Amino acid sequence: MIRLAGVEKVYRTDRIETVALSQIDLEVAAGDFVAVMGPSGCGKSTLLNLIGLLDAPTKGTVELAGKPVASYRDRDVSRLRNETIGFVFQTFHLIPDLRVLDNVELPLLYRKMSGAERRARATRALERVGLASRLQHFPSQLSGGQQQRVAIARAIAGEPRILLADEPTGNLDSQMGDEVMGLIEDLNQKDGVTVVMVTHDPRQAEKAHRTIRIFDGRQVAC
Amino acid sequence: MLRSHLRLALAVLKRRKVFTAISLFGIALTLLVLIVAGALLDNVFGAFPPEVHHDRTLLVFNVRMSGKDAQSTSPAGFGLLDLYARDLPGVERLAITSTMREAFSYQGGRKQRLYLKRTDAEFWRVLQFPFVEGAPFAEAEVDSGARVAVINRTMRRTFFGDGPALGRDLEVDGLTYRVMGVVEDVPMMRAVPFADVWVPHSSGRDQAYRSDLQGEFWGLLLARSAADFPGIQSEFRSRMQRIDLSAYPEFERLHATPETLLASTSRMIFDAHDDPESRPDRLLGVFGLLALLFLALPTINLVNLSISRILERASEIGVRKAFGAPATSLVGQFVLENVVLTLLGGVLSLLAAPLVLAAINQSGVLPYAQLALNLRTFALGLGLAVFFGVLSGAYPAWRLARLHPVVALKGAAR
Repeated sequence: MIRLAGVEKVYRTDRIETVALSQIDLEVAAGDFVAVMGPSGCGKSTLLNLIGLLDAPTKGTVELAGKPVASYRDRDVSRLRNETIGFVFQTFHLIPDLRVLDNVELPLLYRKMSGAERRARATRALERVGLASRLQHFPSQLSGGQQQRVAIARAIAGEPRILLADEPTGNLDSQMGDEVMGLIEDLNQKDGVTVVMVTHDPRQAEKAHRTIRIFDGRQVAC
Repeated sequence: MLRSHLRLALAVLKRRKVFTAISLFGIALTLLVLIVAGALLDNVFGAFPPEVHHDRTLLVFNVRMSGKDAQSTSPAGFGLLDLYARDLPGVERLAITSTMREAFSYQGGRKQRLYLKRTDAEFWRVLQFPFVEGAPFAEAEVDSGARVAVINRTMRRTFFGDGPALGRDLEVDGLTYRVMGVVEDVPMMRAVPFADVWVPHSSGRDQAYRSDLQGEFWGLLLARSAADFPGIQSEFRSRMQRIDLSAYPEFERLHATPETLLASTSRMIFDAHDDPESRPDRLLGVFGLLALLFLALPTINLVNLSISRILERASEIGVRKAFGAPATSLVGQFVLENVVLTLLGGVLSLLAAPLVLAAINQSGVLPYAQLALNLRTFALGLGLAVFFGVLSGAYPAWRLARLHPVVALKGAAR
C-alpha cells in the first residue's frame, strides 16, 4: 500500500542545511497498523508528511497503492490525497466557524457528490464515532476527546484506505486517549484501513502491529 | 460546495465584527461614491426625456477654423448649420439651438437670473419635452421673429405663482416675450436641452447671426438610424471642405464633425477639434482610468486586510489541502468570501445611494438635478461590487492557495 525507498528529506535555508530524514526504506502493506516512535524533532512528522503527500522527498521515491507519485501534478496529488488518505492531527485542526457536520463534510466537498449524499456520509461517520447527537454543535462546544473524534469522523468520511495519525492522543487525557485509540483500532480491524500513527506513548504504540523507530532522521529498528 | 463556502464566509464575517465593520464601511463608501458618479454620468449621457433619441442623434458643437498663424474654435454659427447641414442624406430632422446664455429679468421689480436658449421650431420635435401647459412655438413664430417663450416649471412658479401663465408677458434682458408653453425642469447637466427659457432664435434685436460660420449655436441631427451616422458624417465633412473661406483670409481650413454626445464631449475635453476620427473611447478610457484609480486605494487596503484575515486561517488552508483541496478550489473559496463581503458593502451603498442622491437633488448644487438610482446605476453598483470583490480577493487567494500545506498546518504562514 505504501512504499518508501531511499527517501531523504533535507531542509535548506540560505545558511543552514538540515537533514530531517535520511535513507528511509519502508513498506506498509494494506491493512497494516504501524506506529512511528522517536524523540521530538527526530523526523517522525516529516515522515508522515511524506507518506501523506503533503511534502516531497529531496531524494528517493514514495509509492502509494503501487504508483510512484513524484511525477504527479498538483491536482493529481490533491485527488489522490482526497480519495486515499485520511489525516488525524494532534491539535485536531477543526475549523472553528463550521459546525461539526460541516467539518466532517470537508473532504467530500472536493468530490463530485450531491449535498444530500455528502450529509448522509458525514452523518454516518459521526454516528460511527458516537457523536450523532452533536451534528449542529461548533467545535468550541465540545471537549478535547469529542473534538478528536470529530477529526476522526472527518478523516474517515471519505472512506480512505490509509489513515495517517500524528500523535492523535497527544492532547488528550488517558481515558479520552484510549477512546480515540479504540476508534482507530476499530477502523483498522473492522474496515481494513491501513494506519500509520506517530506517537510518543509506548502504551498506544503497543496497539499497532509493529513499530518503527526514528532517531536523528534515521530509521533505527523495525 | 458553494453553500458550504457561503456559510463559512458569513460565519467568518460574523465572528470578526471589527474587521467586517471596517471593511464594509470602506467598501460601501467607495462604491457609494462610484454609484453617485455613475448616476451623474448617466444623468449627462443617458437617454432621458427630452433626449429620447440619443441613439440616433448627432451633434455639431464646435467649429475650428485654422490657418498658418491663426486658429479659432467656437460653437457653430447659425449660418454654417442653416446653409450646410440641411438635407443631409440619412437625416430626418435638423434642429438648431443656441448655447445657454445667462440672462436677467426684472419682472415685478425683482432681479431674476435665468438661462436662455434661442432655438428653431424643429428643436421641439427632435427633443421630446414633457409639456405641462401650452405648446412649443412653431415655424410661423420663428419665421416672423415673434417674441414668444417656453419656460420651465420653476420659472413659471417664480414669475406667475399659482396664477395662469399662458399668454402672460415675461420680460428678459429688456425684451418682452409672451409665454406660450411650460415644460418640466430639465437638469443643467443635460447641456443640449437645458434652459430656463427658450425663445425663437429670430426674436432678438440683431439678425446678423444668420450668416455666421462660427457663433453660439449647436446643430442636432436626428438620423433615421445609427447606421446612417458614417454617411452623414462623411457628407457633412465634405460640405465643410467646400465652404468658401475667402472672407476669412487668416484661415485656410474649417473643421466640424457631427458626433454623438459622448464623442463630441470627448473631442472638446481633448481639444481635438481637427481630429478626423471620432474618439469617444478616449473619454470612456479616462472615466475608466479615474474609476480604477479611485478603486485602487481601497482595493490595496482590502487586499492587505484580506491577507491578514486569511493568514489567520492558515491551518484551515493546511487542513483543506491535506484533505485534497486543489489550489483552484481554495482560490475560488477565498475570492467568493471577498465577493460576499463586497456584495454586502454593495448592498449598503445601494441602500445609502438614494438618500445621498436625493440630498444632492435638493441641495441645488446642480440646478434641477434629477439624480436617481435607476436600473443602470443599480447594475453599475452591483457590477462594481463584484469587480471590487474579485480584484481584492484574487491576489490574497492566489498567494494563500500556494502555501505549502505543512507550513500552513503549523499556522506559520507569515
